[in-house]
Amino acid sequence: MMIQLVFYVFAAVLIASSAMVIFAKNPVHSVLFLILGFFNAAGLFLLAGAEFLAMILVIVYVGAVAVLFLFVVMMLDIDFARMREGLQRYAPLGAAVGGVLFAELAMAAAHWASSPVMPEPITGGLGQPGGPMTNTAALGTLLYTHYILLFQACGLVLLVAMIGAITLTLREKPTGRRQVIGKQHERMRADTLEMLTLPLGFGTDANGGFLRPAKGYYDTAVPGSYGVPAAPEPPREEVRKVDGDAP
Amino acid sequence: MNDAFAQIGLGPFLTVGAALLVLGVFGIFLNRKNIIIIMMSMELILLAANINLVAFSAALGDLSGQVLTVFVLTIAAAEAAIGLAILTVYFRNRGSIQVEDVALMKG
Repeated sequence: MMIQLVFYVFAAVLIASSAMVIFAKNPVHSVLFLILGFFNAAGLFLLAGAEFLAMILVIVYVGAVAVLFLFVVMMLDIDFARMREGLQRYAPLGAAVGGVLFAELAMAAAHWASSPVMPEPITGGLGQPGGPMTNTAALGTLLYTHYILLFQACGLVLLVAMIGAITLTLREKPTGRRQVIGKQHERMRADTLEMLTLPLGFGTDANGGFLRPAKGYYDTAVPGSYGVPAAPEPPREEVRKVDGDAP
Repeated sequence: MNDAFAQIGLGPFLTVGAALLVLGVFGIFLNRKNIIIIMMSMELILLAANINLVAFSAALGDLSGQVLTVFVLTIAAAEAAIGLAILTVYFRNRGSIQVEDVALMKG
């Protein structure tokens, strides 16, 4: 009796919060109700004996997917009032489709019976309560043996989704400073590194400093800056001419 | 079949799944302009499928249903990531996420 009470509490909260997901005016509230619904679905999974899936639902769904939704809803500056204009128009159609769907499901449920000849479960009764394995261990055993190819394919799907999401949303900043690979590969050691042999008691300042090469990178050194000798004085030809004329 | 599940039975689980499915479909029709709610409704539909899979897995004593649920969860996560990325790019380009405007993308 206690178990049934727990089940109905979870189920009622799940269905109520799902209804609030689609009826809430504010999408942020929708996401929060979605999170509540996932928590209750995890409770239902626990009642059905799927402990690992319940934890996955809480961690992956509530922790990642629902929070991703929350990020997007809060990040995008959307006029939600305008979004709800067509609500009254589409409600009868949606109710009709939903009603038909529910009626069909009810009819199917009323006349459904499981086949008397059940095939032997391929899992061989793994993960049963009281069995030698916990639910998680049995699920892992099955995933890594019988379903290994599908499991790898799931990994590929996730990889493609990750690459796709990054490719879609990555934006090149026009002002970004990036490494020029060709220039980087052209660099020789002599361009940047200068070996000095200094006697004891002498600093490197007089020899051009050791913070940067005396010529600077790519000959961009500013004359007169630290470690770079000052620009030579321009030759004073006029003065010399005057001097030559003087005697 | 574990003890708690035997006390509840398969029917209530399937009923919850059916209700979630109907709510998800209804949500898609109800919020036709708000693509975020549409994606959340899709998550509800997938959750309904998951509840059915887990319920049958428990009823039949076959763990395959739970393995399938793992796969459905994977696909749902990938779909949410890609969908939200497309949504973000679309909003960045057009400044709105009106579903009806998407028809303008046709060449």
